[in-house]
Amino acid sequence: MLKKKRKFFYLFVFPGFAGIMVFVLLPFGDVVHRSFTTAVTGQFNGLKNYQAIFQNQAFVLAVGNTLKFTLVCIPLLVLLGFVTALLLNTLKKKRWIKAVYLFPLAMPTATIVMVWKMTFYKQGFLNLGLTWLGEQLGMWGEVHKDHLGTTAAFWVLVGSYIWKNIGYTVVLWLAGLMGIPEGLLEAARVDGAGKWKSLWYIVLPNLKGSLYTIVILSFLNSFKIYREAYLTAGAYPDKSIYLLQHLFNNWFVNLELDKMAAAAVCTGGVLLAAILGLQRLWDKNER
Amino acid sequence: MFTEIKIKRGIQKAGTVLILLAPALLVALPVLILLSGSLMDAWELKGYLTTVFTDGNDFIRWKFLPDFPSFANYKKLLFETPQFFVLFWNSMKLVLCILAGQLLMAVPAAWGFAVYQVKGSRILFALYVVLMLLPFQVTMLSSYLVLRNLALLNSHLAIILPAVFSTFPVFLSYGGFRGIPPQILEAARIDGAGEITIFLRLGIPLGKSGLLSAMVLGFLEYWNLMEQPMAFLEDKALWPLSMYLPEITWGQAGFAFCASVITLVPAVFVFVLGQDYLEQGIIYSGLKE
Repeated sequence: MLKKKRKFFYLFVFPGFAGIMVFVLLPFGDVVHRSFTTAVTGQFNGLKNYQAIFQNQAFVLAVGNTLKFTLVCIPLLVLLGFVTALLLNTLKKKRWIKAVYLFPLAMPTATIVMVWKMTFYKQGFLNLGLTWLGEQLGMWGEVHKDHLGTTAAFWVLVGSYIWKNIGYTVVLWLAGLMGIPEGLLEAARVDGAGKWKSLWYIVLPNLKGSLYTIVILSFLNSFKIYREAYLTAGAYPDKSIYLLQHLFNNWFVNLELDKMAAAAVCTGGVLLAAILGLQRLWDKNER
Repeated sequence: MFTEIKIKRGIQKAGTVLILLAPALLVALPVLILLSGSLMDAWELKGYLTTVFTDGNDFIRWKFLPDFPSFANYKKLLFETPQFFVLFWNSMKLVLCILAGQLLMAVPAAWGFAVYQVKGSRILFALYVVLMLLPFQVTMLSSYLVLRNLALLNSHLAIILPAVFSTFPVFLSYGGFRGIPPQILEAARIDGAGEITIFLRLGIPLGKSGLLSAMVLGFLEYWNLMEQPMAFLEDKALWPLSMYLPEITWGQAGFAFCASVITLVPAVFVFVLGQDYLEQGIIYSGLKE
């Protein structure tokens, strides 16, 4: 029986695995190899490529920006998604509202870029709105800030990321909330726990598993913000939003493959460590 | 007394709905701008957008109901721009080939992982999960190297083949197959059904929510392809629609609005038909193995 199981496991998994071997694993091995050799002659080069990227100003800038972006976006998204999911969970009919929150996920980035530009350039809708608000409050005059070409671009990106991914997060949180046994909440209510108490002592501890997956998936999706960044601001945007993704792309265009190899190995390694680290943290909490 | 509580609850509920619907404006307005822009004639649109070209202090203006609605831009795009059709079909071809390939490769693999747990299968699956989480930029160079070696650069296969072997659909389909009780499969085996028959006759119908959600999420993802064609397709005639839109200049804004609306239509279609599977897919993507 075991032998038969083995045979069928291979039969089903092998075709796909062979493809992954050819298209991902073997070439990645080649990339690791290249990260230790010179670009042109292919001679062994030790850690020189790694040294080069860490001394490269663009690399340091891009790593810093990417980190900053992740550290700002993910907590914000996770929290906003949670509050929205809690509110949504009190309603019986949520399909339509969920659809509204999910819709930006379906909108191709390219279709939205024109609207983004019209909103955020210096005579755009955002400044129009801000000016109107200032007049109403009597606190400031006309606003003419270019939100795409200055450091404000960072916040535009944060906003677009949340706009696009909030639905994904809400659905995951809702699934987590549904997974909490009704009996537990009922028992807490009988024992006299109020809304906030049961939120703190019952709901939150039961959602640790959801938090883990939501953080990982939000992180994964945060790399896709490059589309918005590239389409609104091009290959060399304002310094505040020059991300790792821009750098990889520019190195690729300039065929600086040795630097790319070293950076790919580093980024991959850091991501792997982050994933495994979060997973261990989660497993520990589970027990 | 009771009615008072009821009224209070009603107010609370209405408040919740209002708070939740406020962000809906941020979703609806961009779509409305696209739609209204696509229906304006060139002259009116130019009037609103002049501030984009001038350096003055005037703000942009807009009307959600055009003064002179016209389908001229749609007509021009659909009947007088053959290039647009080429790109539209490029997009369709890429998406459909990728999804078909994923069905052939990822769905059986997911079945293998879900049903035949052998020694080492868990570790291999963990590897699949890690691969699923790596962003394109990390694997960009390795994909480039292998595509160059296979002389596939600057062809549609350069986009299709790596995507076919993506492990994301494996993970989603696995989520669907895992929900099938093993007793059902065991009963079929006792009745003499072969393993392939079990997969085709029981596995696929019972686990279809997983593979359908992989298809819906896949469609939305690959209809929005950017990074891969940017890196691997030089020839503009091979580009998908998502790459063409940003190339249109402000001078042809009406044209760009129309092209955006038409690009949006298939995505909306899939979204509306597949909302349940989209949600299911998101939930599967969050399951821990």
